[in-house]
Amino acid sequence: MSDARTEILARVRARRPASAPPVPRDYRRDVPGIDVVEVLVDRLADYKAGVHRASAVSLADVLGGLLTASSTVVVPPGLPASWIPGPVLRDSPGAPVPVAALDAPGVTVVTGVAVAIAVTGTLILDAAPDQGRRVLSLVPDHHVCVVWMDQICGGVPAALGRLTDPARPLTLISGPSATSDIELNRVEGVHGPRRLDVVIATR
Amino acid sequence: MNGTGNIVALKPFPDAARLELDDAQLRANLRRATHTIRDKRLRVVGEVDDWEALRRAGAAIKDDVLARLPELLEQFEASVTRAGAVVHWARDADEACEIVTRLVQETAAREVVKVKSMATQEIGLNEALEAVGIEATETDLAELIVQLADDTPSHILVPAIHYNRSQIRDIFRSRMPGAAADLTDDPPALAEAARKHLRAKFLSATVGVSGANFAIADTGTLVVVESEGNGRMCLTLPQTLISVVGIEKILPTFAELEVFLQLLPRSSTGERMNPYTSMWTGVTPGDGPQATHVVLIDNGRTATLGDEVGRQALRCIRCSACLNVCPVYERVGGHAYGSVYPGPIGAILSPQMTGEGANKTLPYASSLCGACFDACPVRIDIPQVLVHLRQKGPKPPAERAAFRSLAWIMRDRRRYAAALRAARRGSAPLRGFGRLRRLPWPASAWTDSRDVPLPPKQTFREWWAKR
Repeated sequence: MSDARTEILARVRARRPASAPPVPRDYRRDVPGIDVVEVLVDRLADYKAGVHRASAVSLADVLGGLLTASSTVVVPPGLPASWIPGPVLRDSPGAPVPVAALDAPGVTVVTGVAVAIAVTGTLILDAAPDQGRRVLSLVPDHHVCVVWMDQICGGVPAALGRLTDPARPLTLISGPSATSDIELNRVEGVHGPRRLDVVIATR
Repeated sequence: MNGTGNIVALKPFPDAARLELDDAQLRANLRRATHTIRDKRLRVVGEVDDWEALRRAGAAIKDDVLARLPELLEQFEASVTRAGAVVHWARDADEACEIVTRLVQETAAREVVKVKSMATQEIGLNEALEAVGIEATETDLAELIVQLADDTPSHILVPAIHYNRSQIRDIFRSRMPGAAADLTDDPPALAEAARKHLRAKFLSATVGVSGANFAIADTGTLVVVESEGNGRMCLTLPQTLISVVGIEKILPTFAELEVFLQLLPRSSTGERMNPYTSMWTGVTPGDGPQATHVVLIDNGRTATLGDEVGRQALRCIRCSACLNVCPVYERVGGHAYGSVYPGPIGAILSPQMTGEGANKTLPYASSLCGACFDACPVRIDIPQVLVHLRQKGPKPPAERAAFRSLAWIMRDRRRYAAALRAARRGSAPLRGFGRLRRLPWPASAWTDSRDVPLPPKQTFREWWAKR
């Protein structure tokens, strides 16, 4: 008997269709005629995420307001120091923050974002230095994400097209953690952060 | 090389369905849940102007994958291996379970945490791990409910759809370690109880087991789409990650996700986007599991691929929209189908993957109303495949004889007219009934589940001839 790989590939080769017609690509690559900021705000609110506005100047104040109740503020290695004037716990490759510390009560993580999608209310994190390891935006109970207006795309195709390297770990976040497993009722807050705040900022 | 595992029905569908139909609570729970979700789906699908274009693209991309599957599988293997993962191949459920069990044993772990995955349900992985003393914990809320209840899933997306909130509370109170005695049936309270129960397991587990919604050939990326964050926990925190992936899950390029990430969430949970999607490519130093394995499984998929009409079932992205709109599923529930793939898609997938036994009754578990085709995001013409499988299946001698004589009568115009006249004369004494609901044996085999309409006083041909 040949090995599983050889056998499966031989069977696929023998049984596959001879050819397939070309893929029609007449779906829309972008969503025309919408204000991407307004739509993103609407979708995030629909997911019960907190939405806040800031400018480059007021960003530190807005973030400060969101962090008043936090016991610890964790930030990824490349988050600009000027965003949070107070004390922070900075994750770094040489000194990663232990999971137990991220799981402590009252921890907030502040990250940037790679791209946001307006019509689906989605934040895409690609582990760049201002977003950090996947675990940072997962274990703490509160996630604050800063989105610059020019990072917002209309729809899914445009947003995926803007990712620089798909082989990086990617996390798509659409609202706080949720489940619909009990009688199809949406319940926010299961294993991921139960509170998600998004700050939409102008450069 | 037929598929094995939890896709082989033990009982013919009519027998299994009859038992389920006796449960009025089940029917009420199912009706409520399926109607809620189908309404949500319609609302969010209605928002997308180019939905039909996306469906056509999704179907065509999947057909293209099937036509190029050997090359794409080899490309995926090369990409993901280059990215640091180890690829394994399994012909059937047993072989897949053996591979995963060996991989877990090599880590010396005694327990694993699991992301909800149809592929691992299909191969019966939990039972196989349990047999060698490894505890597998389901971390999706619905799968956890089903696991605690010692039950089997009854829906692809919402495996505990057959339970209502008070039944879930009772299961938690009696079966979940540490659950409060005064736990209420409020959904947020139940979700909170599950969070507490699983938190410690997430933080201590060294091995995670997942499936994948998509496997990208050009980058070697795996994609898991979920809601609760339990998936992210299992994909991020353990040192070792083992992903069991059907060979039909391949997509040629990363860019194709632009179609499927629009089709899947709206079709399955009726949301614009599911709360969390994770994508990982092999191993990323310092971030997530540092040992990753991919187990590619056939388990009846190549058997399905060989059927020109039936192979479209392999386009399925497991959204479960067809279950929620199916009048048969709504009444009998998922257990009646005897497979982890219930509902309309299960009725064409399970028999093709396994070929034999009670699964042959599944293509008849449908009224052929066509709602499943309309709801399918990748345009699987489920009614077409159902009819095709019925035609391929064996027929009882009585049925064959009946249809042979019917064919003989209908081949000749005079014979046909004479037969109609005879039928009318013969049924004249019964005309007051309008239709017959119960006939004596052997015709009772027909009237058990169908009415027999009586011939009308005048046929169209007679009416036409008089004009």
